[in-house]
Amino acid sequence: MIKLSDVSKTYNDDFGEPYTALHNITFEIKEGEFVAIMGPSGSGKSTLMNILGALDTPTSGSYFLDNKNVASLTDEELTLIRRHNIGFVFQSFNLLPRTSVLYNVTLPLLYSEVEEEERKKIAKHALESVDLPEQYHRHLSNQLSGGQIQRVAIARALVNNPKIILADEPTGNLDSKTGALVLDTFKRLHKDEGRTIILITHDKTVASHADRLIVIKDGTIVEDSVKKYHAI
Amino acid sequence: MRYKDIVLSTRDALSANKMRTVLTILGIVIGIGSVISMTSIGQGAKKSIEQSIQSVGSNLLIIQGGQVRTGSTQISAGRGGAKILTIKDLQVVQALDTLQAVSGEVSGRYQIVTKGKNTNTQVIGASPEYEIVRSVSVDIGSFFTDSDNERKAKVAIIGPTTRNDLFGEDADPVGQTIRIKNISFRIIGVTVPKGGSGFTSQDDMIIVPLLTAQHYLTGDEYVGTISASAWDTEQIEEAKTSIQQALFVSRNIEDASMADFSIISQADIVATASSITNTFTILLAAIASISLLVGGIGIMNMMLTSVSERTREIGLRKAIGASNKDIYLQFLFEAITLTIIGGIVGIVLGVSASFSLQFLGIIQTAISLTSILLAFGVSASIGIIFGFYPARKAAKLSPIKALRFE
Repeated sequence: MIKLSDVSKTYNDDFGEPYTALHNITFEIKEGEFVAIMGPSGSGKSTLMNILGALDTPTSGSYFLDNKNVASLTDEELTLIRRHNIGFVFQSFNLLPRTSVLYNVTLPLLYSEVEEEERKKIAKHALESVDLPEQYHRHLSNQLSGGQIQRVAIARALVNNPKIILADEPTGNLDSKTGALVLDTFKRLHKDEGRTIILITHDKTVASHADRLIVIKDGTIVEDSVKKYHAI
Repeated sequence: MRYKDIVLSTRDALSANKMRTVLTILGIVIGIGSVISMTSIGQGAKKSIEQSIQSVGSNLLIIQGGQVRTGSTQISAGRGGAKILTIKDLQVVQALDTLQAVSGEVSGRYQIVTKGKNTNTQVIGASPEYEIVRSVSVDIGSFFTDSDNERKAKVAIIGPTTRNDLFGEDADPVGQTIRIKNISFRIIGVTVPKGGSGFTSQDDMIIVPLLTAQHYLTGDEYVGTISASAWDTEQIEEAKTSIQQALFVSRNIEDASMADFSIISQADIVATASSITNTFTILLAAIASISLLVGGIGIMNMMLTSVSERTREIGLRKAIGASNKDIYLQFLFEAITLTIIGGIVGIVLGVSASFSLQFLGIIQTAISLTSILLAFGVSASIGIIFGFYPARKAAKLSPIKALRFE
């Protein structure tokens, strides 16, 4: 489903000097995989996430998402790719403050112009699949705990039924207990609903929840391994 | 994004910081309110001036010595100053059957003395037809007659204001004597108040027969102005032409450009007055517009603050599928909503302010639907103009940078 070939990304840094964040990255991710991309800060994993999430395009190389080369798309076309194919989960949650849980989850559907009744139905369903009981749906987003907020964010990533869920350090702002609950949610979505999940993290423990581990360092892939299945 | 959803998200965004929203709207309210009330004052002044000119008589033509360029912008201030027209000219004009009535006039300011009191006012020497030509009505007593004029009778009609100055409020001065230039005149009438204000109040004057005035006051045969009234408003131009031709013949003028007299119609005076009051209205509106401009800058300021406060939100919206146009419309709509709400409140405030001014008798005001519609249009345009830059700034934000914004 995802196929990156020789993807490189070069920026101009603050002094106008070119800086290459990614060097000839090549890998494939199949539908239904749960992959962790791990690397220390500055390794290029954020740049890779931006490219995978169609927020940015590579300087060279190709990125095929369902046989469509995302690398050559315009800003407007990238918007459509994000709208229909990608669900983002961020480290800092990024829920709209002072608005209800339900409204936050329906937000992506506003841009795909889904009818209001249908939006609510989809959002409620998504909140059910992340185990957030209905009593919280009318709560304002800032009235929830960190773990609940991140589950709302995951629900928001699900509503457009995206091909990939891209989670950037989803447990970074959570304590280990609630972090584990959030990771369980991802695992369940992968196992029960067959979702494709890409988890970006610097934390080995978090990465160990995924089935496959891609380790990136200084802009190149240093390890790509499939974890042996352990029964939990 | 659907328009209905844009409206709802605008409501949420604007109610999130109510105090700031209200203060920003206040800028537009004051701007629109002052534009509406200022133009209503200007329009009211125009209406009141036009009414007082019309009260003199709308069929009126004034012939005076000297070249005066009329049209819309210029009327000589020293009307009747040039000693050109004479009794002979008056007789020529009086002979025309295109005119209903013709009155020769001389005027001057004199010290008026009566028992123990004195005042300085305008004394007009006029033909008996003055009563018809200038639509003067006599309240107490009667107007002078042809025979009073011919025998140079020392009789006078006085205006109500002059009467109040000399004899006290509502006194009946008929039969009393006043001294003009030390010559005694017997009062035979008081005119009905006409209102009107300015340099030549029609209520503060004394009217004496023309020949009397020439003999005792000016001491010559000249006539300052000749006032004539046409039969009706439609025949004014025709009457004007007939006067011109008759005077050209009698004064031996072959070329119209050599004319040493001019004829001004009431319409000319109204046009001039209108152009003055229009300038006045524009001036008032321009001053009020400055506050509208300041209000608009307030909107831009708030929107820019809002864009920078909500950078992460914009980043998020873009990440989950909002296009540049979605973001642009969302912010532009917020700005337009602010100005439209401000515009409506401002219109209500401006209209009530001008009604209060009128009601309390402070100044005459007139509100036109045009100025209300214009104010509404202007407030919406201010939203578009001052909301454009912040909205474009929001739409152009890179989602990656916006999401990383602290």
